[in-house]
Amino acid sequence: MTWVFDHLGLLGDLTVTHVYLSVLPVVLGLIIAIPLGWAASRWRPARAFLLTVSGLLYTIPSLALIVILPAIISTKTLDPVNVIITLTVYTIALLVRSIADALSAVPPTIVAAATAIGYRPFKRFLGVEFPLAIPVVVAGLRVAMVSNISLVSVGALIGIAGYGQLFTNGFQLQFVTEIVTGIVATLLLALVADLVLQLIGRLVTPWTRVGR
Amino acid sequence: MNLLTSWLFDPTNWSGTGGIPQRLVEHLWYTALALAIAIVIGFPLGALVGHTKRGGFVLVGAANVLRALPTVGVLTLVVLLAGIGLVPPIAALTLLAIPPIMAGAYAGIQAVEPVVVDAARGVGMTEREVLFQVEIPNAMPLIFGGVRSAALQVVATATIAAYVGLGGLGRYVFDGLALHDYPQMAGGAILVAVLAVLVELVLTGVQRLVVSPGLRPVRTSGGTQR
Repeated sequence: MTWVFDHLGLLGDLTVTHVYLSVLPVVLGLIIAIPLGWAASRWRPARAFLLTVSGLLYTIPSLALIVILPAIISTKTLDPVNVIITLTVYTIALLVRSIADALSAVPPTIVAAATAIGYRPFKRFLGVEFPLAIPVVVAGLRVAMVSNISLVSVGALIGIAGYGQLFTNGFQLQFVTEIVTGIVATLLLALVADLVLQLIGRLVTPWTRVGR
Repeated sequence: MNLLTSWLFDPTNWSGTGGIPQRLVEHLWYTALALAIAIVIGFPLGALVGHTKRGGFVLVGAANVLRALPTVGVLTLVVLLAGIGLVPPIAALTLLAIPPIMAGAYAGIQAVEPVVVDAARGVGMTEREVLFQVEIPNAMPLIFGGVRSAALQVVATATIAAYVGLGGLGRYVFDGLALHDYPQMAGGAILVAVLAVLVELVLTGVQRLVVSPGLRPVRTSGGTQR
């Protein structure tokens, strides 16, 4: 425990980096996945194409993608951008399916009713269809968040900062405390992130708790 | 693109000690071993909880905690505790594979139509027969979905075994990194990616064979994916 208290500064820095590298991809991924999921729920060919591509992208191992990206988009090998892009790709791959499925599951009668009271397609999507899909989207985001938090540690193996550094450093120095600290910190961060997402999910869907 | 392919298509890398075929066999060996152990541990647990419908909450909670466990942390920790060898990577990969297998078995068996299970009991099947002849075959799509998801994660993550001195395709990634030899790193990464896609294709084929044809029309348009 003394080691932990002596290194609170380092742990703080690593936490900031880790949160940044895992949360930013989730936000970017969500922004990109919403229009894609919408397209996949509207047109059958788009659905087949997007789901096949996401399935394929999701199959590619994270470490492999982080290593291959620099050659494709000419970034530096150790640039954190590679991690952000890789995790954004995974988040998109995961969310496109859940958003498409959730939008397809909105009852046609509700869509018809919204149209009948004067909603135009775009406002109807924002005001009716997407809100109804939020619980499923939040479930997808929770999976993406937890998996991103554990994947950022993998980046440490090729020199990218985050809690993973506690593993590589502890391994080189044969120092168990540092590794255990890293594992506990990762689990705590995953837990906190999961609770925050659940809370946001509840706050933006007040209607799910009415009339119980 | 030459950066990606110069090492990969050099014939000298395709034979001998430390050659691609040897690394590939090592990689598949770690994957198969970890997956087999994870099935032996995770499947009975998930099946039991799914069959008795008791302890589902604990099982799902345990699976979620295991899922959040950083594999690299587990790997380095076990190396410090147990020493360099086959044990650390296999332990880390097994822990990675257990949650999807356990959760798939539980979710699948738990979701079998109660009417079907009641009918099986009604015609005089014992609990064992209900589980093996009715619940498991009916739950096969989800059970296999869990195994497939686990296999994919393990084949991707077996790369890190090389970080603690073992073989496998990760060898090229970490050797390339140490030698500042990017083409070798990229070559290793491409091999891992291609292997993952191949494993996914093979398992999709196997799934068709092990899932009863009677269950096929039930599949929703999207199929069983993660």
